[in-house]
Amino acid sequence: MAEIVVNGEPRALDGVPLHTNALDFLRGCGLTGAKEGCAEGECGACAVMVARPAPDGSAATEWTAVNSCLVPAAALDGQEVVTVEGLGAPDSLHPVQHEMAVRGGSQCGYCTPGFVCSMAAEFYRADRAATNGTGPHHDQWGPNGFDLHAISGNLCRCTGYRPIKDAAFALGFPIAGDPLASRRATAAPAAVATRLRDEEAAYVRPASLAEALATLRDHEDAAVVAGSTDWGVEVNLRGRRADLVVAVDRLPELRGFSVDRQEIRLGAALTLSEVERRLDGRLPVISALTSQFGSPLIRNSATLGGNLGTGSPIGDSPPVLLALDAAVVLESLDGTRTVPLADYFTGYRQSVRRPGELIAEIVIPLPVSGVTGFHKIAKRRFDDISSVAVGYAIDVVDGVVRRARIGMGGVAATPLRGLATEAALEGSPWTAETVDRAAAVLAGEGTPISDQRSSAAYRTAMLGQSLRRLFEEVAA
Amino acid sequence: MTTTTDPVETSPLSRRPERAVVGEALPHEAAALHVTGRALYTDDLVGRTRDVLHAHPVQVPAAHAVVTSLDVAPAHDVRGVVRVLTAADVPGLNDAGIKHDEPLFPTEVMYHGHAVCWVLGETLEAARRGAAAVEVEYDELPALVTVEEAIAAESFQGARPTLARGDSAAGLARARHVFEGVTTCAGQEHFYLETHCALAQVDENGQVFVQSSTQHPTETQEIVAHVLGLASHHVTVQCLRMGGGFGGKEMQPHGLAAIAALGATLTGRPVRLRLSRAQDMSMTGKRHGFHTRWKVGFDDDGLFTGLEATLTADGGWSLDLSEPVLSRALCHVDNAYWIPDITVHGRVAKTNKTSQTAFRGFGGPQGMLMIEDIIGRCAPLLGVAPADLRRRNFYVEGQATPYGQPVRHPHRLVAAWEQVGETASLDARRAWIDQWNAAHANRKRGLAITPVKFGISFNFTAFNQAGALVHVYKDGSVLINHGGTEMGQGLHTKMLQVAATALGVPLARVRLAPTRTDKVPNTSATAASSSSDLNGGAIRNACDQILERLAPVRADLPDASWEELVSAAYFRRIQLWAAGYFATPGLSWDAGTVRGTPFKYFAYGVAAAEVEVDGFTGGYTTRRVDIVHDVGDSLSPLVDVGQIEGGFVQGAGWLTLEDLRWDETDGPGRGRLTTNAASTYKVPSFSELPAELNVALLERAHEDGVVYGSKAVGEPPLMLAFCVREALRDACAAFGPPGRPVELPSPATPEAVYWALAAAREAAGAAP
Repeated sequence: MAEIVVNGEPRALDGVPLHTNALDFLRGCGLTGAKEGCAEGECGACAVMVARPAPDGSAATEWTAVNSCLVPAAALDGQEVVTVEGLGAPDSLHPVQHEMAVRGGSQCGYCTPGFVCSMAAEFYRADRAATNGTGPHHDQWGPNGFDLHAISGNLCRCTGYRPIKDAAFALGFPIAGDPLASRRATAAPAAVATRLRDEEAAYVRPASLAEALATLRDHEDAAVVAGSTDWGVEVNLRGRRADLVVAVDRLPELRGFSVDRQEIRLGAALTLSEVERRLDGRLPVISALTSQFGSPLIRNSATLGGNLGTGSPIGDSPPVLLALDAAVVLESLDGTRTVPLADYFTGYRQSVRRPGELIAEIVIPLPVSGVTGFHKIAKRRFDDISSVAVGYAIDVVDGVVRRARIGMGGVAATPLRGLATEAALEGSPWTAETVDRAAAVLAGEGTPISDQRSSAAYRTAMLGQSLRRLFEEVAA
Repeated sequence: MTTTTDPVETSPLSRRPERAVVGEALPHEAAALHVTGRALYTDDLVGRTRDVLHAHPVQVPAAHAVVTSLDVAPAHDVRGVVRVLTAADVPGLNDAGIKHDEPLFPTEVMYHGHAVCWVLGETLEAARRGAAAVEVEYDELPALVTVEEAIAAESFQGARPTLARGDSAAGLARARHVFEGVTTCAGQEHFYLETHCALAQVDENGQVFVQSSTQHPTETQEIVAHVLGLASHHVTVQCLRMGGGFGGKEMQPHGLAAIAALGATLTGRPVRLRLSRAQDMSMTGKRHGFHTRWKVGFDDDGLFTGLEATLTADGGWSLDLSEPVLSRALCHVDNAYWIPDITVHGRVAKTNKTSQTAFRGFGGPQGMLMIEDIIGRCAPLLGVAPADLRRRNFYVEGQATPYGQPVRHPHRLVAAWEQVGETASLDARRAWIDQWNAAHANRKRGLAITPVKFGISFNFTAFNQAGALVHVYKDGSVLINHGGTEMGQGLHTKMLQVAATALGVPLARVRLAPTRTDKVPNTSATAASSSSDLNGGAIRNACDQILERLAPVRADLPDASWEELVSAAYFRRIQLWAAGYFATPGLSWDAGTVRGTPFKYFAYGVAAAEVEVDGFTGGYTTRRVDIVHDVGDSLSPLVDVGQIEGGFVQGAGWLTLEDLRWDETDGPGRGRLTTNAASTYKVPSFSELPAELNVALLERAHEDGVVYGSKAVGEPPLMLAFCVREALRDACAAFGPPGRPVELPSPATPEAVYWALAAAREAAGAAP
């Protein structure tokens, strides 16, 4: 029997229509704390905590906050979920709930359960440590080591956030015997091979890569999902339904991570949060990418493979990966092939990936260039979709640009390399004059359009300004 | 700090006893329910109700069209579809508004996404698929999408009032400096986290019971009744609480509740109607965008001599609340400034967009934006610092607004202004920022201070009344009910404090029951910031009645506890409950001549902001904000500070980030709201929280004649955010030559700021 353990109690999945997301499933169970605010993972009102393998690759469990509106209920087969109701009750508030209540962290209260869950996940983060006034203690980090970004995927329309920030920074640490803290010591539930079928559709979580590839060979039109952060939006907002959904996010073969002298290999099903934690600052340009990629609620589910698989021209990862000369490893029953990312995209949300093929790995050659950068231009600094994004990897040797790689998003139907700009830079001295000249070239790359995010003229201007900004950042 | 010298008057209503419960900084009364997920909102009731049907709209994707054929039969072929509601089903009036210009089931599509019928299904999925199966044929008609198009086509609706005092032509003629320009501002989506929702049931006796996320239960009741062809006593509306309202649930819930109620009466089953975010954004009204053309005169001292302006509110497809919104805009074009000779015309454009409606400030922000924009643009031309220009023009005692209301306590605004200036060290920081800017070519900081004066009361005098029901049970416990609704603003918290204070009992002895039209009838909307004033007055009145009846018992039992007193009174056959009533005294308003004393008082506030702008992108951060705001003697300081901060950030969102975009092309999507989702319409997030935010309540601010000396707080703080916009203007100016005015669109998004600073750079002769 398929079931989810919610707040310690098993809840049967049988009979639940397969397009049902975890939010509606939980609400159908009578757990109405989690709310729908947007149904596309932008507001966090639906956040809950899921027991997941610790992102550092150890055997421990991390309570991981996700947007339950984007996760198919079927994806949680065999998993453990904690909702706001599972944290505490009015006469026995959880420390997070207590701080939120007494500091005026709730006004209308509708976003509050989501904030509480996001905040609780950070409360239980194993490597959170008090800074005691030292370390990276700026306005985004509390003295208790609370990273304010943990709640940056939650929107509140009432408070203006100050009391929520105060509540977050006032938190202590879990006390001895806190059951959710204790739970972290043992492994998270393993992935469960799932085969669910309703009157119209099927949901399959294959047990192995071989099974997944066989399933995809037989069902070329199946929807392949990992974190479902894109698919969930299609289902919720655009009424997309698939006859068959194949979940690949827990396949061990897609979750590898290795670093050697030649390259970094990132499993396509690693979440952005896992990529961030495993790399641990080893590649600053990847840190710059992951910290601006959606919100933590998205990064805890979304995968690099998914970002490349959807092939959106405004995905955040392609500009950086293009600049890093990354390649994509594609697996199918016919074998394995490695495609440079620069050759991967073929049109709007189109790629060379064939039916039956899965993205297995992303390979980043080492060493990376000395000058790297990632610029994301958006209306809002946190959790927005880019108007323009640019990634850089530039080698400067003895003051001369030896090699330049520039990746761009948001300026054409696909992510693009800035080939003309690269040529304009290579062989020239790394000076303001060169940069000005190359910036004019960069501004002419791509064919940006005007839309609700920005005008074509602004996108063009931002391309040129981006290179000047990089130059100034490097100089500083 | 400057002290005020008002004698503290003590009318019975405003007199505050010793050890009052009002004034305590208490968390929201439902905070423990909020944080544990136990607080129930309308849609949370669905799982607790049996056999619920779900409603889904059939939206037509045309900005303006005539429906030529509506074939609902295919919907019935979809499994799980129970019924399709159309105009033919309406037993009463096919209208969702009070102006009778909002057909509930229209035959003429007036905006992109207008719903022409509704499908009821066993599940939302069935209703959605049924709605997709309905076949609508229509002939498209020419559509007006922008306010400029409406002005050109002279497409207006409703009254065209003119605010006038003195001789504005003469005022401009005697000016030493005359400037003219156009100021436009965008609207704003409410983006309450809880979208519109209603759940309707019919009981065995035919009583229609609608639970609705509504700021105005009485009007929801009236419109449900007129759609169903019933008298008001046949319909009960309850609102447990809202997940945010901000004005968006003042008029907009009614038609949706009526659809649910119609479905319930026709099927005999409960009907739930909850809009998805995309439906909510594409179907329901927003803050009005405004187009303003102005001509202003200053004398040599930088004092206003005259102003002529025409305000055009973009009303959307129906009148809704556009006329009162326009009235409030006219009443706030002066903000804090004495403008001796003035003529301002107002009109409401009729466009093929959602029917724009109430939103926190209700036209006040748009009126004030014009005068703040004028000052921001003209100050460099006059060679006066913007802060000085603002301060010079402040009202002084004895002056009146253009509509004839004396400006009482103008020195309180001065006190707030000086307090901000001192506590925020504005002079020192100004000098420091100028130095910093000189040292940074590609980043500039800006600093600005702006005032707020906002009139409190509904402009329309009749709405300024409220009722309450206070029960004292035999055991001494107290249950209160009042006509206001809770949307997060802390009204219920304050009302519990008022009742406990009035009766002299501990807060724990008082409970509050949900807002229902069968408990307190004929209520006004919870709106215009005045709900604490009005409902607090009504609760005081009810409590005073009870205390008066208890007085003889108290005289006999001077040492009795509250419980003993109440028990003794019961056995003496003394009525222990009372219906309270309050009507704000001293108000008058003539909407035709735009004259009168529409407001009980003015709420004042001052804010200063410092921003830093990135010259490469136009992106910015708000580094510091200092606010001193006047809430009278606060009823509930934690609630009031929450309103100030939340209003400020919401205002900053409107002015700098939130960017409603309609498809203005002639393509097939013409008229479509292209920012109809959280992924495209960005409200402030943690990244917009100022790094440093200091809020102080103005001291010695007792307001006589208002419940326990307090003042309203809901709307005024939104307009404190003008300082952010003006600070951005200041930072943009720093990229250019001295004395050059900066024009900044509203919203001042990063892109808009980039173009403004690029123009400034160009004027300075620098490369963009």
